[in-house]
Amino acid sequence: MASTTRGPATGNGHAALDPALDTFPKLVADNARRLGDRVAVREKDLGIWLAYTWRQYLEESRLIALGLRSLGFRRGDKVAIVGDNRPQLYWAMMASQALGGVPVPLYQDSIEREMQYVLDHAEARFAVVEDQEQVDKLLHVRAECPRLEHVIYKDPRGLRHYREDCLLSLEALEERGRAEAQAHPGAFEAEVAAGRGDDVAIICYTSGTTGQPKGTMLSHRNLIVTARNAIAHEGLTDREEVLAYLPMAWAGDHMFSYGQSIVAGFTTNCPESGATVLHDLREIGPTYFFAPPRIWENILTAVMIRVDDAGWLKRRMVHALLDVARRVERARLGRQPVALGDRILYGLGQLLVYGPMRDNLGMGRIRIAYTAGEAISPELLGFYRALGVNVKQVYGMTESSALVSIQRDGDVKLDTVGTPLPGVEVRISEGGEVLYRSPGVFLGYYKNPEATRETLDDGWVRSGDAGVLDRDGHLKIVDRAKDVGRLADGTLFAPKYLENKLKFSPFIKEAVCIGDGRPYVGALVNIDLGSVGGWAERRNLAYTSYTDLAQKPEVYELIGREVARVNRSLAEDEALGGARIRRFLLLHKELDPDDQEITRTRKVRRGFIAQRYAALIDALYSDRREVAVEAQVTYEDGRVATVRAQVRVADAPAATAEAVEAAR
Amino acid sequence: MTASAPPMLQVEGISVAFGAVQALTQVSLDIHRGEIVAIIGPNGAGKTSLINVISGFYHPYEGRILFQGQDRTRLRPYEVAALGVARTFQNVALFKGMSVLDNIMTGRLLKMRGSFLLDAVWWGPARRQELANRAFVERIIDFLEIQAIRKTPAGRLPYGLQKRVELARALAAEPTLLLLDEPMAGMNVEEKEDMCRFVLDVHDEFGTTIALIEHDMSVVMDISDRVVALDYGRKIAEGPPELVRKDQAVIDAYLGVPHE
Repeated sequence: MASTTRGPATGNGHAALDPALDTFPKLVADNARRLGDRVAVREKDLGIWLAYTWRQYLEESRLIALGLRSLGFRRGDKVAIVGDNRPQLYWAMMASQALGGVPVPLYQDSIEREMQYVLDHAEARFAVVEDQEQVDKLLHVRAECPRLEHVIYKDPRGLRHYREDCLLSLEALEERGRAEAQAHPGAFEAEVAAGRGDDVAIICYTSGTTGQPKGTMLSHRNLIVTARNAIAHEGLTDREEVLAYLPMAWAGDHMFSYGQSIVAGFTTNCPESGATVLHDLREIGPTYFFAPPRIWENILTAVMIRVDDAGWLKRRMVHALLDVARRVERARLGRQPVALGDRILYGLGQLLVYGPMRDNLGMGRIRIAYTAGEAISPELLGFYRALGVNVKQVYGMTESSALVSIQRDGDVKLDTVGTPLPGVEVRISEGGEVLYRSPGVFLGYYKNPEATRETLDDGWVRSGDAGVLDRDGHLKIVDRAKDVGRLADGTLFAPKYLENKLKFSPFIKEAVCIGDGRPYVGALVNIDLGSVGGWAERRNLAYTSYTDLAQKPEVYELIGREVARVNRSLAEDEALGGARIRRFLLLHKELDPDDQEITRTRKVRRGFIAQRYAALIDALYSDRREVAVEAQVTYEDGRVATVRAQVRVADAPAATAEAVEAAR
Repeated sequence: MTASAPPMLQVEGISVAFGAVQALTQVSLDIHRGEIVAIIGPNGAGKTSLINVISGFYHPYEGRILFQGQDRTRLRPYEVAALGVARTFQNVALFKGMSVLDNIMTGRLLKMRGSFLLDAVWWGPARRQELANRAFVERIIDFLEIQAIRKTPAGRLPYGLQKRVELARALAAEPTLLLLDEPMAGMNVEEKEDMCRFVLDVHDEFGTTIALIEHDMSVVMDISDRVVALDYGRKIAEGPPELVRKDQAVIDAYLGVPHE
């Protein structure tokens, strides 16, 4: 097994940058010259897709920048950016960078306390936000963030009667920008020219599963070189269409919707609202698409609900042809010949199922799609690939400018995250931790040299992930290094591996597996209200609430069958197959980032859950059938309420093949 | 709103009866431009009857109603609507098989000047008119944040959203007076908070005068400028919310006192 693996060489040096094009503002100015009237960004507003060209992109950013300058913006100032993906907010990022400032995007669904921490830590002087909701939050925490001087909002709705001096509409800011342009012609161009590739381009606060968020500083060089290498590697062009719908605070969105879009010159599309994403996806038909596993899961669940609502004939046909597709894809990935019968059926499937389904999902034009941010179950990845959507795993993190490795076209394995990108080196430490070194490696954590020292060592980043390199140089991520444990009898136990298998079920939204130092594996499961609700309705099973539904014996049976399926599939894995789920329970409430049970990017916070649900976990390791719980629920405005419930504990049914088949 | 300006709506001593049942007895009430007025009272107090009289569904046997100074006691509902009074219903009254968008578009009907021929060929003024109306409706869709259900048949929506669509349809008529019959009935806390926010935003953004029937006292306290309390078809109290809440007659009406 190789201990180090390198991405392909890029020829002219991985990190070389033309000084005339070494920052994003310089690149956008260049795009405006080269691609002038081509569409840079679209936004759906009032039901209509509005397009902005690269020239407009530059002009809007210029006005915002000059407006900020008129308010006394100094090089190095931090600008908090809060809201859904909107062209205006991307322009505000661009404007801040043009003035030598640093945008700090925040998760738009953060509660006030979280926002206050980041605003204060980043010492943001300016904030550009989307609407009243965000303005309200900022005004509430403003007293604790004395450095925050100006709050600029895009949408004036509901703000008419606000009288705070710090508030300014984006329109008014641009108006100031116009005046500034008159008074100081050439100021914008001079500011842009003063920028250097090694300047900090952005600070992304990573929520992390423990402790306070850390501000990851990335330079223009980090992002531009990483974007450029990945574009060349993947064969992306300036004709791609992407949908910008993931939080702007997430490094992935920053790389795809901002970094790569600007470097390659392709079009970014901003959906109308968070709720319309799937619809807008269909209208745009992106050629390049990225989604974390949970979105792929949600889409699959939505599709399967509709399939199960269809008539008997259609349902049977879809299931049968999807099975064919899975068989064919498995053969292809294993580079084995496909039987003639399957080839004919696959052709039929293209016509009747796969093509229409891809089209219906808005995935008909996708050339390259990524799943990133979390491990994805091979079953889920296999489903989309079988359908003919070229979904590939990407591995990376904020500290690596979002990208470390990608599965290359024609070299995809369902259970690995592919091979390193050009310029990236990957190594496995003696403790089994993944280390990497690349031109994208971050400058350090803002105002946190201690954490920087812990993570960065001689250019190598400690990823915190446990992984292995297989004989083809593919990286396989097992779990978070600190989460991998052993059962009491020494069996290797990787919780996330099991959880992802569970979450493949459309009925399971979230799962937390426990087992380190325990006699067997126990699972806390969140049912998916939509699909289990639909399932219950079809069976005339009445329920009043999430809690009520989750505690129905019938639902326990349903999930029990899914647990049995997972246990059965574990038998195929040599390294991790020993740790099967023995007991499980269905949680009475959904895990929620507002309650700090999962992060905003939906990573489970194990330590917190172990503490909060100690009583439930104890019950998993006793012979009790039922346990009483109370849990705190935090509302978005910060209020806290308590929920009480009785939760049942069940044994996983024996995983006989017949039982699983019957369940299907 | 100034004290000297004439009220937008003057209800003067109206009485309504259905056979022997006296629904309203000599109720008087003024609503001023730019106000949010809440109408409260126990079940059967006559709240919906009052709204129905104002919107022309019922006609009183005595008393009169002045809207912007004009007597319009005997107008039909569509005539009242044409004057700029829009309403929502206690039991949602949408076209269930039609999309949300089409439902809201029906709220524009009074603003459209149809010509059968031009409409049929979708040409010239007909086309311009449809586009202008659609653009207006899109503003309301954006305002009430219902973009995601634009094309969904109204009947398939959960109750809380249907109420919001009904509000959207009422707003499409660009009303000067908006009558909301229990806009928050049957909603959970979160939906109620959303609805309150929308009602306040409508008031803020469009300057619409609003009269609403509501049971939840915390909602009433939060959003209304003035409260009118009814019981057994009579007005028993009127004034700022904090005073009406403490009014003995109101407390008695809700808690019940023996009748002589």
